Amino acid sequence: MNTQTKQRDNQARPGFITLCRSYFIRHIQVFFYSLGQLSRTPISSLMTCMVIGIAMALPTGLYSLLKNAQQLSGGWESTAQISVFLKNNITSAQAKKLKSDITQWPDVISVHYISREQALKEFQELSGFGNALTALNSNPLPSVLIVKPKLSKTSERATQRLLKKLVNLRQTDKAQLDMQWVRRLYAIMNIVERGVLILGALLGLAVLLVVGNTIRLAIQNRRKEIVVMKLIGGTDAFIRRPFLYTGFWYGFFGGIIAWLLVSFTLLSLSTPIEKLTTLYQNQFELTNMSFLTTLTLLCLSILLGLAGSWFAVGRHLRDIEPQ
Amino acid sequence: MIRFVNASKRYDSGFDALQNVNFHMAPGEMAFLTGHSGAGKSSLLKLIALLERTSRGQVIVNNQNLSKVPRRRIPYFRRNIGIIFQDHQLLFDRTVYDNVALPLIIAGYSHHDIGKRVRASLDKVGLLSKEKKYPITLSGGEQQRVGIARAVVNKPPLILADEPTGNLDPELSAEIMGLFQDFSDVGVTVLVATHDIALISQLPYRVLTLKEGKLINDSQAN
Ligand SMILES: Nc1ncnc2c1ncn2[C@@H]1O[C@H](COP(=O)(O)OP(=O)(O)OP(=O)(O)O)[C@@H](O)[C@H]1O
Ligand SMILES: [Mg+2]
Repeated sequence: MNTQTKQRDNQARPGFITLCRSYFIRHIQVFFYSLGQLSRTPISSLMTCMVIGIAMALPTGLYSLLKNAQQLSGGWESTAQISVFLKNNITSAQAKKLKSDITQWPDVISVHYISREQALKEFQELSGFGNALTALNSNPLPSVLIVKPKLSKTSERATQRLLKKLVNLRQTDKAQLDMQWVRRLYAIMNIVERGVLILGALLGLAVLLVVGNTIRLAIQNRRKEIVVMKLIGGTDAFIRRPFLYTGFWYGFFGGIIAWLLVSFTLLSLSTPIEKLTTLYQNQFELTNMSFLTTLTLLCLSILLGLAGSWFAVGRHLRDIEPQ
Repeated sequence: MIRFVNASKRYDSGFDALQNVNFHMAPGEMAFLTGHSGAGKSSLLKLIALLERTSRGQVIVNNQNLSKVPRRRIPYFRRNIGIIFQDHQLLFDRTVYDNVALPLIIAGYSHHDIGKRVRASLDKVGLLSKEKKYPITLSGGEQQRVGIARAVVNKPPLILADEPTGNLDPELSAEIMGLFQDFSDVGVTVLVATHDIALISQLPYRVLTLKEGKLINDSQAN
């Protein structure tokens, strides 16, 4: 190379600072350029975002409902009680004695005694079978001790032990834990939670594939541009960038759509659910997505968009080489 | 600047496009590469631009042995070569200005520099007034000149042109050759593949002739 060329060359290349600054500016430009590209084909872009949005909204919505259900049922465990039905030959005095004995037990909070007469009265009042019962010449109902066990999160076993102890009492006819249905509900919610997780993972994969496929098509549509870029010295990173940002935007708008869908669904559900819970003498307000959930949704969605385009670009950009 | 040492190119199809090619071009030199259709002109240029790799032998460009340039360095290597294609390889959804600016954007020039250089380059090829047009609205000769402006905009030390006058009339062809002579005059190495024998026979430059993949004549070696 002669000196003339060399000199020109030195002033031709941009310096390090310029390179850094142009790199940064370039990123911002591509960021908005790729947004502009999407807006050129608004319908198909919107459709892709809708697909992503719906796929993200499903697990998010279910998750929100589940959280609400867990919150609603959170207090129910403390309503657990053991009904101890006493044998018919136990007198009222014996029952009272037993009551004060059990009250002393360490894993018991309180014991409430319902005598046979009381039980009958309550039953007559509540059931409307009053007349039918008076026709019977003896009281068919046993006397009952309602035992409230001490509860903590890990008290499952302690409660079972208490139940066993009560069953084994000489005076006991039958004892039963009135909490089975809460347990079952919790078990069901656990299953549902896992199901939502699996559904979320599958739909996340779907989002990945949708974005990946969309970006693959975009790469094919801009094949010529990619070839030209490679011919004049564009690095893989440079060529990849607009596609990655496109993936980012898909994820971002998909996330927004998902958020809108879930928010509006929960909002429209909140009134009927409030009505329903009032019927059950229960004050309950459906909580919408928290800020943290929203943020997580958006980040996840963007991440999936980026990952999808990353895979597509990694797979297909190499195939395109100038001929 | 360019040195071929026993370079051969066999395509995957098994076809030998180049066989044992040897020649050397000094920096700042200008030469024509000619030969019948299918002789291997494009293949030779592709080897220099690392669009293809040699099967045997070596190609050395700017003191770099091309067989030792890893894939990820290829873009940086290509930035030192201005390539002009017969089919222009312009982007039709961008203006003339944006097309010419592309190599500078890729290389990370500042906005200010880009404007200056693009206009200088367009001025050189006489298209400054068309910077806002889209390539599709230009004539073939004008499109070719946009391609040339883009190839020289970052002042590469080496210019390769593959049939740059392919389907232009003689007057336009001469004009474009004149541009290459100007670049050569300021120290740029220029290699132009063409089968326009009539045109190059009037010019005082070295001619390399290929036949069936072999370099059969080198006007300077004689
Ligand atoms: N990618 C490829 N795979 C297989 N064979 C190829 C490939 N590219 C070129 N060839 C063959 O190599 C030979 C030389 O091709 P090349 O394009 O270098 O010729 P050329 O001298 O440029 O011809 P033209 O003047 O028509 O452009 C031709 O016979 C062609 O068929
Ligand atoms: Mg050719």
